[in-house]
Amino acid sequence: MDPRLERQLMMTRRSLFGAAGVGLGSIALATMMAEDGLSSQANSGPSKPNVSGGLPDLPHFPARAKRVIWMLQSGAPSQVDLFDYKPGLAKMLGQELPASVQMGQRVTSMTAGQAKKQILPSIAEFKQRGKSGMWISDFLPYTAGIADELCLLKAMHTEAINHAPAVTHLMTGGQQPGRPSMGAWLSYGLGSANSDLPTFCVMTSRDREGTCGQLFFDYYWGSGFLPSSHQGVKFRGGGDPVLYLSNPDGVAAPVRRGQLDDLARLNSMRFDAVGDPEISTRIAQYEMAYRMQSSVPSLIDFSTEPEHILKMYGPDVHRRGSYASNCLLARRLAERDVRFIQLFHAGWDQHQNLPTQLINQCRDTDQASAALVMDLKQRGLLDDTLVIWGGEFGRTVFCQGNIGAADKKYGRDHHPRNFAIWMAGGGMKSGLTYGETDDFSYSGVKDKVHIHDLQATVLNQLGIDHKRLTFKFQGRHFRLTDVAGEVVKDVLA
Amino acid sequence: MVARAADAPIDFQREIRPILADTCYTCHGNDQAKRKSALRFDSRKGAFADLGGYQAIVPGHPEKSSLVERIISTDPDERMPPPDSGRQLTPKQIDLLRRWIAQGAHWQDHWAFIVPKRPQLPAVRMAEWPRNDIDRFILAKLEQEGLKPSPEASKETLLRRVTLDLTGLPPTIAELDAFLADKSPGAYEKVVDRLLASPRYGEQMAVDWLDAARYSDTNGYQLDGTRTMWPWRDWVVNALNHNMPFDQFTIEQLAGDMLPNPTESQRLATGFHRNHPLNGEGGRDPEESRVEYVVDRVDTTATVWLGLTAGCARCHDHKYDPIAQREFYQLYAFFNSIAETGKVDRGSNAFPMLAFTTPTPRLEKMQAEIACMEKTMQGKNAEQEAALARLEAEAIETEKLPTLGPWQSLGPFRAATDREAFETQFGPEKDSRPAEQYGDQRRTAQQYADGQTIKLALPDNSALYLARTITAARAMELNLSLGSDDGLQVWLNGQRLLAHNQTRPAAPDQEKVPLKLQRGENYLLLKIVNGLGPSGFYFAIKPTEIQQILAMPTVSRSAKHRDSLRRYLLTKLPDLAPLRAKIANMQKQEKELRAKSTYETMVMQERPTPRETYVLIRGQFDKKDLKHKLEPLVPACLPPLPAGAPHNRLGLARWLVDPANPLTARVTVNHYWQQFFGIGLVKTTEDFGSQGEPPSHPELLDWLATEFIARHWDVKAMHRLIVTSSTYRQSSRVSPDLLERDMYNRMLARGPRFRLSSFTIRDQALAVAGLLVDKVGGPPVKPYQPDGVWQDFSLGNIKYVQDHGEGLYRRSVYTFWRRSVAPTMLFDTSPRQVCTVKASRTNTPLHALTLLNDVTFVEAARALAQRVMLEGDPAPAARIDRAFRLATARHATPQEMEVLTAGLRRAESQFRNDPAAVKKLLAEGESPRDKKLDEVELAAYTAVMNVILNLDEVLTKE
Repeated sequence: MDPRLERQLMMTRRSLFGAAGVGLGSIALATMMAEDGLSSQANSGPSKPNVSGGLPDLPHFPARAKRVIWMLQSGAPSQVDLFDYKPGLAKMLGQELPASVQMGQRVTSMTAGQAKKQILPSIAEFKQRGKSGMWISDFLPYTAGIADELCLLKAMHTEAINHAPAVTHLMTGGQQPGRPSMGAWLSYGLGSANSDLPTFCVMTSRDREGTCGQLFFDYYWGSGFLPSSHQGVKFRGGGDPVLYLSNPDGVAAPVRRGQLDDLARLNSMRFDAVGDPEISTRIAQYEMAYRMQSSVPSLIDFSTEPEHILKMYGPDVHRRGSYASNCLLARRLAERDVRFIQLFHAGWDQHQNLPTQLINQCRDTDQASAALVMDLKQRGLLDDTLVIWGGEFGRTVFCQGNIGAADKKYGRDHHPRNFAIWMAGGGMKSGLTYGETDDFSYSGVKDKVHIHDLQATVLNQLGIDHKRLTFKFQGRHFRLTDVAGEVVKDVLA
Repeated sequence: MVARAADAPIDFQREIRPILADTCYTCHGNDQAKRKSALRFDSRKGAFADLGGYQAIVPGHPEKSSLVERIISTDPDERMPPPDSGRQLTPKQIDLLRRWIAQGAHWQDHWAFIVPKRPQLPAVRMAEWPRNDIDRFILAKLEQEGLKPSPEASKETLLRRVTLDLTGLPPTIAELDAFLADKSPGAYEKVVDRLLASPRYGEQMAVDWLDAARYSDTNGYQLDGTRTMWPWRDWVVNALNHNMPFDQFTIEQLAGDMLPNPTESQRLATGFHRNHPLNGEGGRDPEESRVEYVVDRVDTTATVWLGLTAGCARCHDHKYDPIAQREFYQLYAFFNSIAETGKVDRGSNAFPMLAFTTPTPRLEKMQAEIACMEKTMQGKNAEQEAALARLEAEAIETEKLPTLGPWQSLGPFRAATDREAFETQFGPEKDSRPAEQYGDQRRTAQQYADGQTIKLALPDNSALYLARTITAARAMELNLSLGSDDGLQVWLNGQRLLAHNQTRPAAPDQEKVPLKLQRGENYLLLKIVNGLGPSGFYFAIKPTEIQQILAMPTVSRSAKHRDSLRRYLLTKLPDLAPLRAKIANMQKQEKELRAKSTYETMVMQERPTPRETYVLIRGQFDKKDLKHKLEPLVPACLPPLPAGAPHNRLGLARWLVDPANPLTARVTVNHYWQQFFGIGLVKTTEDFGSQGEPPSHPELLDWLATEFIARHWDVKAMHRLIVTSSTYRQSSRVSPDLLERDMYNRMLARGPRFRLSSFTIRDQALAVAGLLVDKVGGPPVKPYQPDGVWQDFSLGNIKYVQDHGEGLYRRSVYTFWRRSVAPTMLFDTSPRQVCTVKASRTNTPLHALTLLNDVTFVEAARALAQRVMLEGDPAPAARIDRAFRLATARHATPQEMEVLTAGLRRAESQFRNDPAAVKKLLAEGESPRDKKLDEVELAAYTAVMNVILNLDEVLTKE
């Protein structure tokens, strides 16, 4: 028998008996994420305690990580100025980038017409950090302080050259909108380990000056062709932290509780009359909504955090919706076993303001990013939490605009051929610098990692064979990594 | 789940092809690049090919078939499918393949590419159950499976079901009572016909089409600018309401612009394929965008009409279906010559565009007024013309020039000096009418030509009298032009008009003398006085311009003449100029207002010269395979374009709805089936290819498809057929046994029961609350949405400005759709990024939060509470029951009523102690509240209505 059907029937019977004998509470058992007709409080067997939903054959093998925190630095941080140390460039300021390096590759239409491709060496100083001697620029002092926790991938690459397609590529494995995002895949495949919160949570923030126009589209955390229950739930920086979380004005908790009790009674009467198990699921979802109403406000209430923890994340932590505040919230979600925590932070798109804005952008994010890693570590959570920091592509070594313009209105263009990200925890090697690039930080020359490889590696740490987590849509077995992707074994601890 | 006899014949289409497609096609399919040997399982020829002394499939002999050998091999190098492919065969599948070969390996071409034939109606035992032929097919299958159909749903349930299905709104109490009271045999069919004729029908049916068309009010991507495509949306609603046949619906949307002399409406229809997102991101190559748009059109067309996943062949040959990459680009060629730039051109729209004026009440009123005034003006004009004609006829008479009698001369009379000659009265001046003789001078007739200077040869110092009669038809004025050598005196009827003595040679116009003529004969007398030397005079009548014109025959009058005459005659009529000025002024205002209501909306239009089409290598926009230029063609697995058909969009559109096309009718009736029963006969609505699920009822699908064509693509007729079937009318109650047998209700031993779309849930809440504004069409509206949602996603750049008044209560289909962030009060919506033909239907706590807490639904609860408190019986149970009936169409059971009335009492006591909460709750929403009602009571009822509006039954089509 179809295992889903089996579960369904089991639940139906249980609901029937529950409604008759045990009372309402036991009806309300189904899961947060149930598809109509596929309602399931399934997989609550002994092999996976406290997990609801998900596919029966997952994980494919023991997982190294239980959850992921992805801090997406949207707009594309400059690897030239932050992680990819190229001392040779210092002497080459203003020289034309050799044609042999460019190889006629596509650039955006913003610099396609620019006659010169003049080399702009790093605007920041680099030093070796930690025991491993990882090169990190002075712009990121806090990140430099945790170098020994990091696994730095220096030869990342992608195909997309513009922001929206590149973020979509990174999050969904394809450049066009329409495919499920990574968090949705995990919700679909692994289900939820938390009964009071969504298993895929999203938070967005932006740089203080609002320098760039990058938008955060719903489909970055969409469910694509998977059931829409798997899409990320956005935690908002203002108003209700989750849309419609608060009771209507004037509806106090006892009133609401009474309403929900009545609703459950009436719905179970209807279930008795028509027999559709979907009704039981509905009752359960209303109860889950109620639990979210109490769990989310306490989740975002930082008043229980001791002062030294708040200090770690920096003063911005007190500003709800800031990057620092989202980082702390990410840790609190991780503690509650939320599976996939996605942060987006805008403001890294320095086409024309690199000398002035990059340092600010680093200041906004550096402390909190490092604090999150250390905070997880001191709680013993870093071992099974995979933390990822990085953008959707890199930036050109050559200058966009006039080098040495008095108003410093110049910067770097988009560069998909080479960029740097770091990961921490979740079964990654620490203190490792992986991948090498040419002398111009233009192309990877050794241990290149494509974004599909990165996706395959992340899934691998969660116990998933990326080739086997598929969904049949329009006749094709789609997967996150499209038709590519190899697990980067060298970086696994 | 019925056990199958081991030797039961195996159905290739249903049981074998899906295994081959799913497991083998990736390497042994249509994709030439991936195919490792001559062996391919997507064609009969390939599957049975001689592979060099052996065959994969030897009919009747599994033991000789290398397929069987390979799928059971334990050697990882031999085993098929290869372990690293991620694919595996189950023991059951292996057994099926083996038995199929043993049974003779009967092969059939893929069902969906064969033109449907009208199937015979199957025999059934429960002959009294079927109401129409649909039921025969459903029943036959149920009987084959040993199942029985469910009894008919209650009248209440049925009315609510069909009203929600056809209009997206619940029945009113009056409709409910009327239907319950109507015991006539055709009562239900009457309801169906009423619903099909309702303007709500088009709004309801449009939603799925908008999803398929990826309709949005914004462009998507980075700037997400607001476009103007809602005129197209209104076109769809209108076409559905008018039951436009589906073939015409297809042709106008895909190629309305290419029809002969296309109407504005036909051009507007082509907006269908301009609904894709537009990417105006900085740094983007417009050609890259344009290529994406063309690809999107191919994907969408293939999905919506053909149920094919053509997009798979963009980068390589399709792995599962017979569509080569080249064929993808041949389809692409049909859509590659739109006159578009790949940019966002003007007002967040992209060329080509159509200026489209939408009627607004103010504009319509103004236009009506202008029309009315112009009509008045026209009337006045007609009256005036008649009057003018009359006046002219009169004037011709009154202004007719008088008849001049011949000249008579008297004299000369001599004198000593010219002065004496001038002053001396020789006689004639004493008589008003000259006598025969004065002195020795007799009257002598003279022939002097008028209008010439006449020489007289008078003696020096003498006077000559000249007389003539002037006969006028009426009293009138006549101007004379006179000249004289030398002095001159003039009398008319004995009255001297002029006396002017001077020395001069005679010439025209020396004197201008107006004559006031009386009716009949008048007598004109001139006295010419000569000093010395030559003498003479000049005489001419000087008719006015008007007199001259009037005197001409009409045909000889020039335009200038006619104009002067008209102006002269108009002076004799009442003045119409102020009215004319008023009209002009209003026309100016109308023009300004019309400009404000004129929108540019995107449509399709071909370039003068088509673009050249090539395969794009790996689908990349800048990698054209220049070796092979492609023409527009349809894939070879489908019938070709008919001979003589144009190879353009119009030809393609007509080909799609040609009865020879095996897919369009099937795919379309399957959409309809999905709409009413929740799942299509083919579950994979978007994929009728080999990877799609075979139909649950293949004969019924073909019967419906052929019926659709036979009924000339009559959409409402098909909807009527479905909803009047016994199948549709069954109760949706399910027993655990039936659930076990058929969890997803594919056999249809019961009626459909599934959650309503979030569009319908909202519209239903507004309708039962009495808040719904049922205006059709127009620009999108912005109902309640929590603060900051748009700002959050747009980094503060885009702010949601909520409507007030009727914009809050329009049907959800008119809600402003921002592609980047869909309206938050709706859920499980199609993404509207790409074509979607199957909506998601999930059950999550976030939906519960929306329905319990969103002001839309709280306000609806408050308004519903107020409604039942104001209408009818004031007993609490009666009020609650009325609300319950509005929401579910049935009365509450006593047990339900007990819960609800207890809930009311509890809420009342809770609110009694919390007056501040009462104020807050009653302030939810902008619709007015009846201040006469007791506030605590209203709040308590609101809480109960909030429960009723969240009942599973209310959220569900039962």
